[in-house]
Amino acid sequence: MSTSTLDQARAWEAAAAVPDPEVPCVTVADLGILRWVRVENGVAVAGVTPTYSGCPAVLAIELAVEAALRDAGFEAKIERLLSPPWTTDWISADGREKLRAYGIAPPEKSSGSIRSLFGEVTVPCPKCASTDTEKLSEFGSTACKAHYRCRACAEPFDYFKCI
Amino acid sequence: MAVFEALLELADDHLILGHRVSEWCGHAPMLEEDLALPNMGLDLIGTARTLYDHAGKLEGKGRSEDDLAYLRDEREYRNCLLVERPNEDFAHTMLRQFYFAAFMRPYWLAALDSSDEVVRGVAGKAEKEMAYHIRHAGEWVIRMGDGTEESAARMRDAVEALHIYVDELFDSSDAAQEAEAAGVLPKRAGLRPAWDRTVAEVFAEALLEQPEAAYAQRGGRQGIHNETLGHLLAEMQVVHRAHPGARW
Repeated sequence: MSTSTLDQARAWEAAAAVPDPEVPCVTVADLGILRWVRVENGVAVAGVTPTYSGCPAVLAIELAVEAALRDAGFEAKIERLLSPPWTTDWISADGREKLRAYGIAPPEKSSGSIRSLFGEVTVPCPKCASTDTEKLSEFGSTACKAHYRCRACAEPFDYFKCI
Repeated sequence: MAVFEALLELADDHLILGHRVSEWCGHAPMLEEDLALPNMGLDLIGTARTLYDHAGKLEGKGRSEDDLAYLRDEREYRNCLLVERPNEDFAHTMLRQFYFAAFMRPYWLAALDSSDEVVRGVAGKAEKEMAYHIRHAGEWVIRMGDGTEESAARMRDAVEALHIYVDELFDSSDAAQEAEAAGVLPKRAGLRPAWDRTVAEVFAEALLEQPEAAYAQRGGRQGIHNETLGHLLAEMQVVHRAHPGARW
């Protein structure tokens, strides 16, 4: 294995371990926000994509990834990627499980569901798994979440919206 | 510099509506809306930022997104009149949001084929966000239109007040026409059927009727605005202008 391949793997590991600032139970790699890391001549370049146009965490995420790469001994650069647009389909299976364990219902697969403008999706409760839930608000504590309540166990919970 | 000017018009639409919506923060009628409105504002302002940044680079005079947002006066703003309309009551705010999103969603869908890479990138994100705005604002239009006597009267007032600002959405300035001919931006006029369909669908459920427009109010793209835009800009720009170059 060449040094550059090792460096590449080490840089990816360092960047991938950065937690999301607003949903710290998952990493930027779990969410699919970190697209790739390339090491060229000792400079690690990380491709990062924002979740929403106005996501206030974008800058915090970029700074955290840059710092993690520097801590791992690289000169670091961030490339902000607009396209292809981020979709919740990029959240890993592992990431979805971590979200559920944290109390956030992971997005129902298939970002296509947003196409049906006034349709409702069934969101199972992350605590008791009941499907008897209701939407309280289309928008939650952050741009990427909606607010729901479980009628079975009466717990309110966040739902990671499909986009 | 037609593309620069056309991008500026588009960015101004998003910034001004984003700022208007943000004025509800802390004043919305319920907590859920206090979260929803700033969230929608953030989507719009985020889109504006990318467009300003890109426009500034195309212009090549070293103007940053902040320069374009904070250091232009009312007559230099090129937003359409609909987005600067004051919030008034919740019915006005939601109808304005619904009208704008019903226009922007097909616009961004068409812009997915733009010849400009940044415009394609913005479009990919924004069309999904606009679908959310249509749904959220549309649900309120229905809830209020088909609601109590009071809510229905307020929504009818909003329809009456805002319909004269609709036609301007479909006008293309000279700059926009050049950008459209170059394949950078979609043709505005062609989006009317899609807008009509979305509005007709929601109005049917909301028990609302679209009035025949006796005339259309225009002027935003030439920098001729209503008095209210000056007040908005004063509030939005004062800190930046009072402390030039400040960073935090």
